[in-house]
Amino acid sequence: MENIMNKTKEIINDFILSIGHFFYNTIIIETGKIGVFFIDSISWWFKKPYRWNEVIYHMEFVGNKSMIIIMLTGGFTGLVFTFQAWVGLSIVNAENLIGPTVGLGITRELGPVLTGLIIAARAGGAMAARLGTMRVTEQIDALEVMGVDAKNYLVAPRILASIISTPLLTAVFDFVALCGGYFLNTYILHLDPAIFLEKTRFFVDPSDINEGLIKAAVFGLFFSTICTYRGYYTKGGAKGVGDATNQGVVASMVSIIIIDYFLTKIIGMFKGHGL
Amino acid sequence: METKEFAVNVEHLRKSFDGKEEVLKGIDLHIEKGKITFIIGFSGTGKSVLLKHLLGVHKATSGDVEVLGHKLSTLNHDQLIEVRKKFGVLFQAAALFDDHSVLENVMFPLNEHRKDLSKAEREQIASSRLKQVGLEEKHYNKLPSEISGGMQKRVGLARAIALNPEIILYDEPTTGLDPIITEMVDNLIIETHKSREGMTSIIVSHDLTAAFRLADYIAMLNAGTVLLYGTPEEFLASDNELVRKFVDKGIHRK
Ligand SMILES: Nc1ncnc2c1ncn2[C@@H]1O[C@H](COP(=O)(O)OP(=O)(O)OP(=O)(O)O)[C@@H](O)[C@H]1O
Ligand SMILES: [Mg+2]
Repeated sequence: MENIMNKTKEIINDFILSIGHFFYNTIIIETGKIGVFFIDSISWWFKKPYRWNEVIYHMEFVGNKSMIIIMLTGGFTGLVFTFQAWVGLSIVNAENLIGPTVGLGITRELGPVLTGLIIAARAGGAMAARLGTMRVTEQIDALEVMGVDAKNYLVAPRILASIISTPLLTAVFDFVALCGGYFLNTYILHLDPAIFLEKTRFFVDPSDINEGLIKAAVFGLFFSTICTYRGYYTKGGAKGVGDATNQGVVASMVSIIIIDYFLTKIIGMFKGHGL
Repeated sequence: METKEFAVNVEHLRKSFDGKEEVLKGIDLHIEKGKITFIIGFSGTGKSVLLKHLLGVHKATSGDVEVLGHKLSTLNHDQLIEVRKKFGVLFQAAALFDDHSVLENVMFPLNEHRKDLSKAEREQIASSRLKQVGLEEKHYNKLPSEISGGMQKRVGLARAIALNPEIILYDEPTTGLDPIITEMVDNLIIETHKSREGMTSIIVSHDLTAAFRLADYIAMLNAGTVLLYGTPEEFLASDNELVRKFVDKGIHRK
């Protein structure tokens, strides 16, 4: 009996310790390291040699090549969200508020968050894999010994390109999703399109759209920093590259969701409507 | 007796990573200019770590590394880059940029450091380097993944000599290659060495046959120190037990 008690105590002890370790190692130490990596990297935005060609190349990589997925997901998100909004609002005979409900939800939350998640998976994963491969095949060493700083050449342009491209893609997502909503409203639910447009215009402020775009830029910053960091410090061959990609994408996605909450709060404070 | 000129002076070099056990435990090595020096030793004795100190990629925990008269520890970032430009490095797996074509790979260091030249001039230098290592023109626009391992080595070497370096470092240039390509790479090393007056070649290798054939000097590392440094003849004559073991095994394997 006493034996079992002791065992149980031990297990609980270990459990608490491991939570402590997780917090300390993963949250504190890792966040610190990523912070240093980030500052180190973006200091190259302000120092020669500038890498404009790389920035443009990665904007096209992050942006242009994700366009189709973003339009597809945007369109369908608009459709389902409008449908669900109608289900809810029709209970209280408030169908005329479908437009603003969908408009606010998309521009402030779903647009940036879903775009961020999709781009983190697609472009972020590619970044981690690319840098990881370059690390394990000594291409990063080759760069450095040729007198080229890897953070200057590989990391800084990717972060900048992501910060620029993610809001642009979010704008596309927003637009396509609202078109989807309008379509469902008008042709499937047979509600008045004029009311949809009029109410949306009345309730959705440009500042709501901006809020979403600012969030998207922050998401771009986070996923590109996390994924390039993971790739840059890849260890141990092909398996290491797989791990780096996997961890990079998962960490990016989780942090996008978490940051979203805090961003909403912070932006709300500035706009004075709280959460 | 003529006075020797040294390309690399390593004095009392010690290195430990993050306060862990020392990898390099006091290396003294003076590498003569214009010669071919092999660095040999068992796996994990710190050969690659030593190479990275010569390039300033790793910083010494204590001791000094002096390259072509520059003490690396006293240089700032920009000065270090100037010194690195005097090096050519051929990595074990060639380390070609896999999203750049063969020609673009060789042009890369020129694009970075010879902006004074026109694009056509840089292209011309790059293709003359590729000719020097014997790569045919029809491969110039291929990606590294589309050419064989032996060709990748040639391209890697062409890129290493693009800026006309004074010192070339080879990290295990022939490990894992078949005998034919090994001989080809060995011959390239000699030709490249002769292609420039005063060129210093430093080769990390497990291939003792090549070491005895090509080297002016051989340094054997063991457990983070220099066990023996001398001419191939001195190595064959050595009665140090570890040296004998390495030499016998290496020659036996061939
Ligand atoms: N960046 C690093 N951080 C920590 N330890 C390292 C680092 N680089 C090398 N080491 C350690 O230093 C030791 C020597 O490594 P090194 O790569 O120089 O060996 P080597 O002589 O080149 O061996 P091989 O012939 O297998 O290439 C190894 O034990 C390795 O684990
Ligand atoms: Mg090595």
